[in-house]
Amino acid sequence: MKKILAVDDSASMRQMVGFTLKTAGFDVTEACDGDEALKAAQIGEFDLVISDVNMPVMDGLTLIRNLRTLPAYKFTPLLMLTTESGIDKKHEGRSAGATGWIVKPFNPDQLLATVRKVLG
Amino acid sequence: MEIDLSQFSQVFFEESLEGLESMESELLKLDVNEPDDESINTIFRAAHSIKGGSATFGFSQVADYTHLLETLLDEIRDGRRQMTSDHQDMLLLSVDLLRNMIDALMRKVDFEDPLLAELERRFTAALAVNNANDDSHDENTVEATSNEDDANQMATWTIDFQPGIDILRCGNDPSLMFNELRLLGNLDVKIVDSTLPDFSDMDPEACYLNWQLTLVTEQTLEQIKEVFEWVEDECTINYHKKVHSPQADQASASENQETTQSDTPQQSPGTELTTTKPKAVTPAKTPEGGSIRVSIEKIDILINMVGELVITQAMLGQIGQQDSIDEESLLSMKQGLEQLASHTRDLQESVMQIRMLPISFAFNRFPRLVRDIGQQLGKKVELILKGEETELDKTVMEKIVDPMVHLVRNSLDHGLETPEVRVSKGKEEVGSITLNAFHQGGNIIIEIIDDGAGLDTELIRKKALEKGLISEDEELSEDAINQLIFKAGFSTAEAVSDLSGRGVGMDVVRRNIHELNGTIELKSTKDKGSRFTIRLPLTLAILDGQLVRVGKHTYVVPLVSIHESLQVEEQRINRISESHELIRLRDEYLPVIKVFQEFGHDADSHEIRDGLVMVVDSNNEKIGLLVDELLSQQQVVIKSLEDNYYKVPGVSGATILGDGTVALIIDIFGLVNLAGITNASEHAA
Repeated sequence: MKKILAVDDSASMRQMVGFTLKTAGFDVTEACDGDEALKAAQIGEFDLVISDVNMPVMDGLTLIRNLRTLPAYKFTPLLMLTTESGIDKKHEGRSAGATGWIVKPFNPDQLLATVRKVLG
Repeated sequence: MEIDLSQFSQVFFEESLEGLESMESELLKLDVNEPDDESINTIFRAAHSIKGGSATFGFSQVADYTHLLETLLDEIRDGRRQMTSDHQDMLLLSVDLLRNMIDALMRKVDFEDPLLAELERRFTAALAVNNANDDSHDENTVEATSNEDDANQMATWTIDFQPGIDILRCGNDPSLMFNELRLLGNLDVKIVDSTLPDFSDMDPEACYLNWQLTLVTEQTLEQIKEVFEWVEDECTINYHKKVHSPQADQASASENQETTQSDTPQQSPGTELTTTKPKAVTPAKTPEGGSIRVSIEKIDILINMVGELVITQAMLGQIGQQDSIDEESLLSMKQGLEQLASHTRDLQESVMQIRMLPISFAFNRFPRLVRDIGQQLGKKVELILKGEETELDKTVMEKIVDPMVHLVRNSLDHGLETPEVRVSKGKEEVGSITLNAFHQGGNIIIEIIDDGAGLDTELIRKKALEKGLISEDEELSEDAINQLIFKAGFSTAEAVSDLSGRGVGMDVVRRNIHELNGTIELKSTKDKGSRFTIRLPLTLAILDGQLVRVGKHTYVVPLVSIHESLQVEEQRINRISESHELIRLRDEYLPVIKVFQEFGHDADSHEIRDGLVMVVDSNNEKIGLLVDELLSQQQVVIKSLEDNYYKVPGVSGATILGDGTVALIIDIFGLVNLAGITNASEHAA
């Protein structure tokens, strides 16, 4: 079973992402900010990380930058959740090492389609 | 896959309300001239999360509105716009508006408020001001209409794909992209390896290969480009199209060739972009019940305790399995039972802790309230919060907020003087209101203290006379006069002001507090200020009770209401009518309610002199209850009668005693009403 780390400071989004992916048969771990996610990522090896950008403590871009420095996450797909207004963020995200993005608002089907796209 | 998004609505509502709260407190703290980056960030994040969530869960009204806030805040955050106090005002108003919007969503009713349109207009206007440098973002949506794109024609696309050298380091895998292209049509992949360096120069993590892809598909260019959306900036991708349609075949070759390059973006008409609109609003689940956040620490303690309990159970179980019990095992059984008692008590306490929240949740709304009302009244006020970390039950907290708001409003409106008056009295120009909370015994004490004018005893006396609450010749101490404000139908506001005259008086405040099994006291000193002290049980689920026996029945009287219990001699009993008797206790006359009469059963003592009189507090007046015997004091778990039976006058609930019998919990205020004693002091007069 593929392991996914879902990071969002908003509980409702986290639950929605978590529930959707679990229902689709993925093994999902949730984290509520970048710091928590980084710690979780070092313990468990995830096949995919989906992270919100705007979060307290450690934001999503810093998380992605940090993850890319870890050998285990050198080539791991890292997706960010952005809003349609965050075009700059997409570019920033790419240079931070993000694989791609999912634009909010998204529905469960769109989320799954994107996840399947990067997990092959 | 069908996933019902409405199951996340409740969480979304709760976190949005929390977000609004932190937004509000940050806004209030904010110095508009030098806004603190971290504060602005917190405010932005709250708006951003609400917008994201509401859009995802289909609350488009909230999403559209918060988009405006988010845009403005983003500009402020990036330093593209200077924050003004006007912005601060608009944002604060938005906090209120959004609360109402969310409330409407929770109740599943339509939200309509002229303020919404008004604020939308103000935000749009604010955003329009010198925003010229900001519309460069839309460059990517240059529209180039190609009439061949909209038709679903079978076409052969040749795609030259030259990925950036670092593409793998971002976790992008070209082979996955090809898989995706295969979903669109028939794909042929050719590797172009001419760019491969010498083996010795090769970086194993880099991507040196190029590909030539041939895709036969009916899909539009836009859909093909979507596959490369994430990487198009770093890659060179050329698309060539050859149309298969019969008409196109007749046309000359040069005409049906179209070349587009990713670095000169061309997109089909914008209409397709709107297909990802949020789903239709699904009605939210009813907010009844709600949920609570519990720290992991509290849960760990609980688990630990349950572990202890299991150990004790195992120990007792072992003894129970023995065929005969000798002295030794009797001893260990007693020990086990003692442990069980102590663990149960600890467990009970810890479970109660789960419902406990710091009172700051209630205090948080006051900075805003005091600021707004102070401004409205032209009074300078400093709000001091103390003991914010004091914990109390969530339900109690929810119910105490309204009475507190009322008291604080009153203090602001009637208590605190205007700056001029204060100066003339030789006081500090800025008045203060203190909210203080602390634990005392099994209770929480909340104090609302102001350093204003204190209660105007002359005015209160005059009003009370007008309303017929006291008689002309009554001699009342200052304190006794002050207590009159708690009487029903009493309001001192000369003119019903916008603030205090909201149809509820202090009697309602007191009744609300009584319903929580609490009490309220007032101390006031002229020109020094007044102090309201609210005493509440920490929880509504458990009550510290005195068990009393009346005939064959056991009742529970809330301990917090009991002053004393005594035997009364014959000469101190005054019979004033067939059903009313008074006792003289020191300087006061107290009406006595015979509990057995009100509840219609027999008792040992029919006369006051035979039984015990328990002096209890009802609406700040003392009442005597005639009972047969005092039993033990104990904490009882309150079971609602309304849920299990129906509401019985004079009874606030029931509990189950150790021997399995049911004991009713006496609602003193209700019992007084039941006995038809409307005004105890009238009888005393």
